[in-house]
Amino acid sequence: MSDEAEITEIETLPLDAWHRAKSARMVEFAGYHMPIQYEGIIAEHLWTRESAGLFDVSHMGQLMLSGEGAAAALEALVPGEIAALGEERMRYSLLLGEDGGILDDLMITTTPMGIYIVVNGAVKWEDIGYLRENLPDDITLNHMEDRALLALQGPKAVDALKRVVPGVDALYFMEAGSFLWGHTPLWISRSGYTGEDGFEISVPAEEVEALATALCGQAEVKPIGLGARDSLRLEAGLPLYGHDLDPAIDPVEGDLTFAINKRRREQGGFAGAERILGALANGAAKKRVGLKIDGKMPAREGALIFDGATQIGVLTSGGFAPSLGFPIAMGYVTRNFTAPGTSVEIEVRGKRIAATVSPTPFIPNRYHRKGKTA
Amino acid sequence: MSRYFTQDHEWIDVDSDSATVGITTYAQEQLGDIVFAEVPAVGTTLTKGGDAAVVESVKAASDVYAPVSGTVTEGNDALGDDPALVNSDPEGAGWFFKLTLSDPAELDGLMDEAAYKAFVAGL
Repeated sequence: MSDEAEITEIETLPLDAWHRAKSARMVEFAGYHMPIQYEGIIAEHLWTRESAGLFDVSHMGQLMLSGEGAAAALEALVPGEIAALGEERMRYSLLLGEDGGILDDLMITTTPMGIYIVVNGAVKWEDIGYLRENLPDDITLNHMEDRALLALQGPKAVDALKRVVPGVDALYFMEAGSFLWGHTPLWISRSGYTGEDGFEISVPAEEVEALATALCGQAEVKPIGLGARDSLRLEAGLPLYGHDLDPAIDPVEGDLTFAINKRRREQGGFAGAERILGALANGAAKKRVGLKIDGKMPAREGALIFDGATQIGVLTSGGFAPSLGFPIAMGYVTRNFTAPGTSVEIEVRGKRIAATVSPTPFIPNRYHRKGKTA
Repeated sequence: MSRYFTQDHEWIDVDSDSATVGITTYAQEQLGDIVFAEVPAVGTTLTKGGDAAVVESVKAASDVYAPVSGTVTEGNDALGDDPALVNSDPEGAGWFFKLTLSDPAELDGLMDEAAYKAFVAGL
C-alpha cells in the first residue's frame, strides 16, 4: 500500500468532448471537468436573459426514492410538505442534519416512479450516504448515474424546446412530466436556477449529446458555462450551497423559511425541528441578505461587513452583475442590520466601500406561473 | 520607443525615462471579461515587482505589478468607466498607468517581444 496521498481523479461528464469541440474553457468543479465559459461570461449571461441558454448540469445527483411510505420517510429529513405534494409537482427543499443545519438544498418532484430528487454535485455522495443511513431499509434509493441533466433557461427557452419536444409548453412553473423525444424518454420540469422561465431536462446519458446538439441547433439557443450560471443565480438572489449555505446554517438564518410548509411548522417531525421552530418563533441571531455595492469595485465571498468599527457580518457570494451594471453580493448580517435599505460598509483590500441591504431577487423573476398573463 | 514584457504579462513602452504600462493580449484573454480596473494615483512610488494596479474579471481580482521602479505620472481614467477597454485594446487604449523610471537599468531583466512570444508559447 502506497504511503503517498490518494489523488482523486477528476471525472468527465458525458458532454465533455462536446464542450471542448465548442471551445469551452474547462475548470474543475464538483469533481468534474466542466465548462466555465465558451464565448465569454458576460455575453453568455446577457444571452440567457434575452434568449435561451443551455447549461450542462450533469454533475448534479439524480436520485429516485421508491417504496411504500417514501414521502413520509423523507419528511423526517426535510422541512417540506412532501406527502401531500401533488403528482408531477416540484418543490425546493433542504436536507437537514440532526442539529437543524442545512446539509444541501435540493429539488424534490413526485413522479409515477417515485420521489425524484436532484442534489448538488459537490455534496452528492455525502447526501446519498446520509439518505441511505437515515431512510428505512424498505425504501429504495436509486442513484441514476446513467442519466445526464440539461437546463434550458431564458424567455425564448419554451419556443426552442417545444420545437424539439412538442408539448412542453403546457407545463407551468414547478410542474414536471415525461416526454418522448423520438424513442428517448425525457423527464422535463419547468424550473431552473436563473430567475428566468426555463426547463430542466433529465435524459439518458447516451442521448445527451444528440439532445444538446438538437437544442443548440435552434436559433434561440447558445451553450452557457458555469461562470454565467453563477452570475445569473446571484442576480436571482438564489443561494449557492457550500458558499451561502452550509451545515452550520439553519433555514431561518438562511432566509429560507418558505421551505418550512405550514403543516410541518405545526407538527415538526424533521431533523433539527426544535432549533428551527425555535428560531422561527424568536428570530435568528443573523440572517442572509442581499447587498448592493456602491461604485464599481466588486466585493466577494469572505469580505467582512461593518457598521462603523463593529464587524456585523461577512459576504458569502459577490460579484459584478452584468444585467444590472453594478456589483452585488449576498452575506450574513446580525439581526439589527437585516432591513432592506440599511447602510453598511464592506472591507475590500483594506478599503471600506459603502453598500446597502437589498431585497432579493435583484432582478424580477420571470417564472411561467399559472394565472399570469403573457 | 521600445516595448518590453514581464513574466506576469505586463508590457512596458519606454521612451527615454518615461514609460507606459499595461497588460498583454494573452493576459486579458486568460482573465476573461474585465469588470473593474483600479489604477495608481499620480505621485505613487512603485517598486519593481510590487503591486501597482488591480484588474478584476467576473470571477476574480488580479494584481498588476510594476515592471520597473518609478513614480506614477498618470493613470488611465478611461478604465474607470470602461474597464472592458482592457479586453478590446489591451496593448493600446487599455493602458493602465504612465511613470517616470527611477532606475532604467532594471529594463535589462525584461523580455523583448520575441522572448515574450516564446515564453507564452511554452505555457
